[in-house]
Amino acid sequence: MNSTLKDFIGSMGIARLIIFAFFVFLCAAAVFLRLDLAELLTSSLARIGMWGVLVLAMLPAIVSGTGPNFGVSLGILCGLVGGLTSLEIAYRLQESVVMGPGFLFSLAILIALPFAVLAGFGYGWLLNRVKGSEMMIATYVGFSVVSIMKLAWLFLPYSSPEMAWPIGRGVRVQISLANRGITRILNDFLSFRIGDVIVPTGLLLFFALCCFLMYLFLRSKSGAAMYAAGDNPRFAEAAGVNVNAQRIFGTILSTFLGAVGILVYAQSYGFMQLYEGPMFMPFVAVAAVLIGGASVKKATITHVVIGTALFLGIQVIAVPVANAFTADWSSMGEISRKIIQNGVILYALTQAGGD
Amino acid sequence: MAPNTVLRMEHIGKSYYGTQVLKDINIAVKPGEIHGIVGENGAGKSTLMNILFGMSVIHSTGGYEGSLYIDGTSASITSPQDAMALGIGMVHQEFMLLPNYTLTENIKLNREVLKPNPISRVFGDNLKSLDFATMNRDARSALDRLHINIEEYAQVAGLPVGYMQFTEIARELDKKNLKVLVFDEPTAVLAESEADHLLNAMKEIAASGIAILFITHRLGEIVEICDHITVLRDGTHVVTKPKTETDVFELAELMVGSQMEAADQSSRDTSQRAKLLEMRNLVVHMPGERVRGVDLDVYDGEILGLGGLAGQGKIGIANGLMGLFPTTGDALFNGTPIALNNPKASMAQGFAYVSEDRRGVGLLLDSSIELNIAFSAVQNQEQFIRRWGPFTQLDSGSIRNHALQYIKDLDIRCTGPTQLVRRLSGGNQQKVCIARALTMNPKVLLVSEPTRGIDVGAKRIVLDALRRLNQELGMTIIMTSSELGELRSICDRIAIVTDGRIAGILKPNDSDVNFGLLMSGQQASKGA
Amino acid sequence: MSTKPTPSAAPVPRDFSARSKEFFVKHMVTIMFLVLSVLGFILSGMSPFLFLMDIVARVSRNAFLVLSLVIPVMAGMGLNFSIVLGAMAGQASLIFVTHWGVQGLPGILLCMALVTPLAMFLGFLTGNLFNKTKGQEMIAGLILGFFAQGIYELIFLQLVGGLIPMANTTLVMSSGIGIRTTVDLTNGLKYGLDWPGQFWGNDLLLRPTLPWTVLGIAAAVVVAFLLYRFVLKGKIPSISHLVGGAACLGIASWWSIIQIQTSSQINWIRVPLLTWFVIAALCGFILFFSRTKLGQDMRSVGQDRHVAAVAGIQVNRVRIIAIMMSMVMAAWGHIIFLQNMGAFSTYGSHEQIGLYSVAALLIGGATVAKATIGQALLGVFLFHTLFVVSPAAGRQVFGDAQIGEYFRVFVAYGVIGVTLAMHAWKLLIQNRAKQQL
Repeated sequence: MNSTLKDFIGSMGIARLIIFAFFVFLCAAAVFLRLDLAELLTSSLARIGMWGVLVLAMLPAIVSGTGPNFGVSLGILCGLVGGLTSLEIAYRLQESVVMGPGFLFSLAILIALPFAVLAGFGYGWLLNRVKGSEMMIATYVGFSVVSIMKLAWLFLPYSSPEMAWPIGRGVRVQISLANRGITRILNDFLSFRIGDVIVPTGLLLFFALCCFLMYLFLRSKSGAAMYAAGDNPRFAEAAGVNVNAQRIFGTILSTFLGAVGILVYAQSYGFMQLYEGPMFMPFVAVAAVLIGGASVKKATITHVVIGTALFLGIQVIAVPVANAFTADWSSMGEISRKIIQNGVILYALTQAGGD
Repeated sequence: MAPNTVLRMEHIGKSYYGTQVLKDINIAVKPGEIHGIVGENGAGKSTLMNILFGMSVIHSTGGYEGSLYIDGTSASITSPQDAMALGIGMVHQEFMLLPNYTLTENIKLNREVLKPNPISRVFGDNLKSLDFATMNRDARSALDRLHINIEEYAQVAGLPVGYMQFTEIARELDKKNLKVLVFDEPTAVLAESEADHLLNAMKEIAASGIAILFITHRLGEIVEICDHITVLRDGTHVVTKPKTETDVFELAELMVGSQMEAADQSSRDTSQRAKLLEMRNLVVHMPGERVRGVDLDVYDGEILGLGGLAGQGKIGIANGLMGLFPTTGDALFNGTPIALNNPKASMAQGFAYVSEDRRGVGLLLDSSIELNIAFSAVQNQEQFIRRWGPFTQLDSGSIRNHALQYIKDLDIRCTGPTQLVRRLSGGNQQKVCIARALTMNPKVLLVSEPTRGIDVGAKRIVLDALRRLNQELGMTIIMTSSELGELRSICDRIAIVTDGRIAGILKPNDSDVNFGLLMSGQQASKGA
Repeated sequence: MSTKPTPSAAPVPRDFSARSKEFFVKHMVTIMFLVLSVLGFILSGMSPFLFLMDIVARVSRNAFLVLSLVIPVMAGMGLNFSIVLGAMAGQASLIFVTHWGVQGLPGILLCMALVTPLAMFLGFLTGNLFNKTKGQEMIAGLILGFFAQGIYELIFLQLVGGLIPMANTTLVMSSGIGIRTTVDLTNGLKYGLDWPGQFWGNDLLLRPTLPWTVLGIAAAVVVAFLLYRFVLKGKIPSISHLVGGAACLGIASWWSIIQIQTSSQINWIRVPLLTWFVIAALCGFILFFSRTKLGQDMRSVGQDRHVAAVAGIQVNRVRIIAIMMSMVMAAWGHIIFLQNMGAFSTYGSHEQIGLYSVAALLIGGATVAKATIGQALLGVFLFHTLFVVSPAAGRQVFGDAQIGEYFRVFVAYGVIGVTLAMHAWKLLIQNRAKQQL
């Protein structure tokens, strides 16, 4: 019994155990403080579905051996370009064709796909040339691309009124999806209530579908090759797998999932956030998958699901609990997110060990 | 024992986790003497040196038996710092040099000459200034002792290898209390003229009163400059002789020893069979096991052994054939050229490989036995796959059945086909590797170090399995091994690889002298 | 080979075009930014006076921070992104000293004294973390900065006024909990180092005009050089030295005197002389330090940890000391930065310190593996030139200053990304070559 407990702690890791304990404490506090549990659960479910695909984007990157994708903002930007372009198409053609929100959402994903493939290919090519320093390079690829896109948003020729400023240059900082009815299109699909809890069925189904497709992929010949390339590149090479190609493919997949992820996020939030928006999103996704039990070298779909639920659950519950303790602790939610998110990444880095 | 020995090692023994790797070694060295130590891989040379230098690998595994005397007084050496303080120096096989430093800075590394300054008087010795004038002077005099003309303020980066070697030696000479200097395979990286220069320098160093321990596999060099020669084999002290009483042939024989294990195999004469594989001027850039130009024929249905000392290139041949390291030259299979540098093409030709690096290259340690066995066949032969257009799924049913079959055939001891390979013993991991290779139905099986790190019982099973494959299926096997005895027990022919080339091909029942000579780079004597 | 001279050691003579090509490749980043800066300056249409005024202030306040990055590079730990922790420590000391009401130079000195043990402690922790993440120090440092941001906010946003009592209505928010988002140093620590004379009512004390400073420094350098040659080395100055010295002095005085005579706008630019002295002292210390035992150990560890360890150097200890030194320098550097700014955003001022300092160092031509004082100073100058001119250039060319602002931020991220990628690539190739040996 004692040894199994030790094994359990060993496999969880002390940092994760603390986070899990914190989560349990928050839940207990929420019950004890008589907070509106139904509301907490409702917004937890929505947040999990909102972030799920973005966290899932970490999986192919880790599995193919490039490590957590700190540069998934590249994928996010592809998704935003897809989203903006589909809105623009709807605007330009609105005289002749009326496009439904579902069609526009799919169109956005479809437009994002070639961008994600191209960007992912270049990014993967770069990561193959900097083996051993992928995480740092990925971070700065993300930062650089976000900051060059800040310039690009000022110049790109989007003219639809919900995007362009009425006067001046460039597109708006936040672009509303409400005009075209795309807001919450997944959340509200087949949505139902249990008591006061609203279940965003479509959103969760979409996340589940992505996870299932990923599961199928990992069980395919190509998935097995990618897994081997990440787990033991020398083994994979000797078994006739082109490791560099697998890493590029993993990066492309991760970038594309990032693109889909931001569109899912945006429809739930109701806005697409440009400029600074995507800058720090990768760190949330990285932290979530690590909290779920992944390391910088190993990750599974279970880690993605558990991590998303735990990390975003904490974010949802922490704020009202802190406020219920004392009104002065208004920033506690954001502070605890920063500490947990970056603490768990640091912990994973120390666990990976030096060279 | 002579009273004026500078270093005496008495009854030295060492065991790792219950395995005795060294026992009852006795060596005494006088000042000014050059003492050669020869032995095959695993004879215990490096363990002995690790003991002499107090390396942590010795002391973290329970220390050693026996006693060490420096200048006649008992010495306890528990760290490299102790060894240095007692005047023991070592010229490493791999260079311990900082390329962006000058020769002086390298020679004086962490032994810099310091002078005080106002700040160091307040904040301590760490902030004392470097006294480059004195350091350069010291370095110059050490380099002069080796007759090296190069400026002491030149940067090490870009110097020829020979100079790097001499810089290392100069560093040891600069240690004022140096009494014993160990050379570990110093000529391995040098060109012939450089090696001669080194041997001369060693003689001069010895003449100045410093004792030298000279470890090498080049028997010619040993008899050229040593006063006494010690032979180690399998961790035991075979003999110590003065140079005058021995020669290269005797040393070669003593080094290899009589290792005929299995007389049950009378080797077949395979040279009348068809040539299955021809290698011409094969060069493989494998770090540490470089192949410098191999011409070798492999006959259909034989078991060919590749032997030789570590680092000489025998391992590189199989790695080159499988496309795992950059390779040039020609390889013909049934008369048609093989695409080199392409593992997929090698496998498509019908080669399968069991790597010498089982845990590094041979296995996915955190995956199941069944995935490990099926993996290569899945990727290269589309076995165990269900396919719908571009989409595939692994066929877990057939993978499972296949794994169960091999678990039974090769007697893999495990809890089941889904057990993680990491949790298996070395022998059973090796069987998984073999099963993976066999799943490919190869025409040629390349097996490297199949019995390394596995226990005696498992060794037997692995070797028997190889022989059975050869006899029953007619599979051609190229087996690379550091254990000569094992090669002699199952091979039809044994090619000895030295300095990256085939030194000669012997029958398993050839004499020990011939094996020893080929392994140490000498010509074989007339047939035994 | 002993008997023959060694031709291989002599430098291979190369023609001019090969040499100049090598020069361009080696200094590509710096040259590119030089061109960019000049171009930006021309496009911006700024007056030289405004530009000079801005650049003197910016270089003076940033140089110390950028210099704090040099020592970890020497120790092979790459670009020390964890200096934001030092910056936070510096801010903490400024907050408390402001609260206690100590003003001017004494206040700044008190800040520096207070922050030293704190920064050393933070450096010790950071160094230990880096020893656990060898090879990933930079990403660890970056994330550590974000992590520390959380802790910092916890202390100053939630605990001060509560668990940590502080009764000060100007500093603490009206709710009584947490420091206000902006801390004003005016009438306190502002210009504490730059202009100590303000508290003695003396406008000129340690705050001369630019022409006078140029004149003074030129004279000081020439005299110091001649004295050094003559007194310490016992050499009588050669004619060429005398002529060279006189020429330098002549040109400097000619320019200065013209400026002073014409009472041009340049005379309005005032130089924070004490700050310059402090920066010069740090440069001197780094130069001195690199030729001490500890400095040599750091360079050894920086080149190859394994070889250094075999030679008996305590690698981990040396690395921790390097980070501790860098952290203390960063804390002091941030204090110098903020006393010049005169006010700071409590929860934001330190955030970009790592980014901008690292980018400046790299633009000066430093790499992950090598950084010198000269590169740091040149980098500060070029980076801040770009910073000053790009919004103006953006407005002139595109009619939108925002474009210039976005551009300079992109430049900061981009130069770091490109340098890191180039270094990692080089490392990979080097490792491969090493294996081939």
